[in-house]
Amino acid sequence: MALSRLSSRSTTLLQPLATTSLLRRRHISTDTTPITVETSLPFTSHLISPPSRAVETSSQELLSFFRDMALMRRMEIAADSLYKAKLIRGFCHLYDGQEAVAIGMEAAITKRDAIITSYRDHCTFLGRGGGLFEAFSELMGRTTGCSKGKGGSMHFYKKDASFYGGHGIVGAQVPLGCGLAFAQKYSKEEAVTFTLYGDGAANQGQLFEALNIAALWDLPAVLVCENNHYGMGTAEWRSAKSPAYFKRGDYVPGLKVDGMDALAVKQACKFAKEHALKNGPIILEMDTYRYHGHSMSDPGSTYRTRDEISGVRQVRDPIDRVRKLIIAHDIATEKELKDMEKEVRKEVDAAVAQAKESPIPEPSELFSNIYVKGFGAESFGADRKELRATLP
Amino acid sequence: MASLLGRFCRKLVVPGSAHGSRMTSTTACGSETVKSLNLYSAINQALHIALETDPRSYVFGEDVGFGGVFRCTTGLAERFGKNRVFNTPLCEQGIVGFGIGLAAMGNRAVVEIQFADYIYPAFDQIVNEAAKFRYRSGNQFNCGGLTIRAPYGAVGHGGHYHSQSPEAFFCHVPGIKVVIPRSPREAKGLLLSSIRDPNPVVFFEPKWLYRQAVEEVPEHDYMIPLSQAEVIREGSDITLVGWGAQLTVMEQACLDAEKEGISCELIDLKTLLPWDKETVEASVKKTGRLLISHEAPITGGFGAEISATILERCFLKLEAPVSRVCGLDTPFPLVFEPFYMPTKNKASSSSSLSSPSKNTHFLIHGFSRLL
Repeated sequence: MALSRLSSRSTTLLQPLATTSLLRRRHISTDTTPITVETSLPFTSHLISPPSRAVETSSQELLSFFRDMALMRRMEIAADSLYKAKLIRGFCHLYDGQEAVAIGMEAAITKRDAIITSYRDHCTFLGRGGGLFEAFSELMGRTTGCSKGKGGSMHFYKKDASFYGGHGIVGAQVPLGCGLAFAQKYSKEEAVTFTLYGDGAANQGQLFEALNIAALWDLPAVLVCENNHYGMGTAEWRSAKSPAYFKRGDYVPGLKVDGMDALAVKQACKFAKEHALKNGPIILEMDTYRYHGHSMSDPGSTYRTRDEISGVRQVRDPIDRVRKLIIAHDIATEKELKDMEKEVRKEVDAAVAQAKESPIPEPSELFSNIYVKGFGAESFGADRKELRATLP
Repeated sequence: MASLLGRFCRKLVVPGSAHGSRMTSTTACGSETVKSLNLYSAINQALHIALETDPRSYVFGEDVGFGGVFRCTTGLAERFGKNRVFNTPLCEQGIVGFGIGLAAMGNRAVVEIQFADYIYPAFDQIVNEAAKFRYRSGNQFNCGGLTIRAPYGAVGHGGHYHSQSPEAFFCHVPGIKVVIPRSPREAKGLLLSSIRDPNPVVFFEPKWLYRQAVEEVPEHDYMIPLSQAEVIREGSDITLVGWGAQLTVMEQACLDAEKEGISCELIDLKTLLPWDKETVEASVKKTGRLLISHEAPITGGFGAEISATILERCFLKLEAPVSRVCGLDTPFPLVFEPFYMPTKNKASSSSSLSSPSKNTHFLIHGFSRLL
């Protein structure tokens, strides 16, 4: 990082901007002295006492938040252009606006905790440690992608980081997530599963089935509703009798969080993890917003006004919030942050260029991994007599 | 592709050919006004007519209020009101179950499942509730007014969950009907028949044709009978059976085959359950050869049922084994779609035997092998 590293480390908190001088700036990239920040809003809770609004963070963390969110934002915008250039085919659901949820969650948990989410998974993958190159390759269907090019936008996975993907069918990942939690509890792993779903999926029956089971057996499952207020084109008030998704668990406690505030998300996830390990499931509702439409086929403006979108962008943008925090705490200057963003942009462009050069999977890959390797099953097609493939 | 489809569809309207007589016009107005429509507009027209003619009919599903993701329900909410055309939350099982209940009270419920790939949560409701309601209540109750519409089939870039053809699962359920139109004109008539049929119907619409297929569609209210297959092209050497969008591919294969001197008879099944065995049987008895083609994977696909039945009925008249040209036994792939599809393909893949760019050649090769 091309940020100035200077000698003096100041341990006092808020230094007024006016007195910023190079000598008095802290050692920005690695300073872990705690800074306490208040979340934007208090937490609203259901059947539980909410955690404190005061979040402990550090310069290092804030800067990493900024950089990672900027990276995610850039990646999504690059994906937008690639889709319009028809290099990404199929469906592409972008996460820009919701980065704080992915980032805040990662800050509160370890890679042994599992995350499972829906099809809006690019940034969650990045948060789990996935690389830009793997992400872009997968989007463009190349062998170097994280799912070997066979999954596409909706099916990113990363086993070594306990990221269980990437699911196309709405709500189907929630019972799966509770199953993961069961396995974690059974193996006494002291880890939890974060199962993410949207406000549209919140009306799926399987969610309530899974929730009941998780509560009955005290599974370490944290159900996170990423409420961006629109299930594709349907506003939440038109699809849910009770849009208070954090209360929908009835007997399961819940917490409503400002999903555009990465620190609030971090606090809530930390709290939820502790709760889940001791007491069983908890629901987190992240009040967030997506700038793009539901997918690249959706302009995103037929069911909401452009004023609304730009309003949220001006007032609640997660990256801007962290930027303001960084500047207010004198951790870096505006210029340095802009430089960081430029760097991020270069990184993304380089990854895109590299991914574009990657090869498409071999045609024989069409038949691989349908069953376990070496199972010897035969697959037919076109005609049972002419085309016969033994599955690898 | 569009011009091919246009040629294909318009061809079906040529009067005087065998199929023309099968069209049942319900009105006897003098001159039939027709309009050039694509598939989603034809379906939209059918829905308008259905709601107009029966005050106790309703259209609901995800996002149907603004017109639907494929524009099939445009203008309905504005014209008939939000009490009859309304959006539901995202819950297929709930939507279909709700539709069954509504139909059980004597209403016509026209349910939309946004993509056929999402129909599986509702599978239990369709198989265990809708299909068996009349039977298990000893005819006291029924949900005949239920029609479930779902876009199915490949669209070029749909991937695993926007391209599936699940018709075979539903053809295995006595008690429901499965209908698949091939073109705008057919779709309007078949949809009206399905809605008015006193049995629950699952109506799959080939999404690839929503915009691509354009045809002259009569503006009046007409129905095309269910369980009646149609010979859309007469021939004498081989019978080809298919449905939906696949017929356009088969039509192309027929034209190619004709250049090689093979005369093909092409049949559109239209209704898969219960299917018109007699028409196919009569055709195979004439030609002696049968080839079935569908997008769904070959193993366990509906082609197997047709093959087995025809074998039983026409064994002594068959001059060659029944052939099936279908999708591969894999999940519907994303980048590999051109390889998966049973279609003429110019992909520049390695010329191994698995390359389906040889498929149409293979079809012809298949024909000449059979002759």
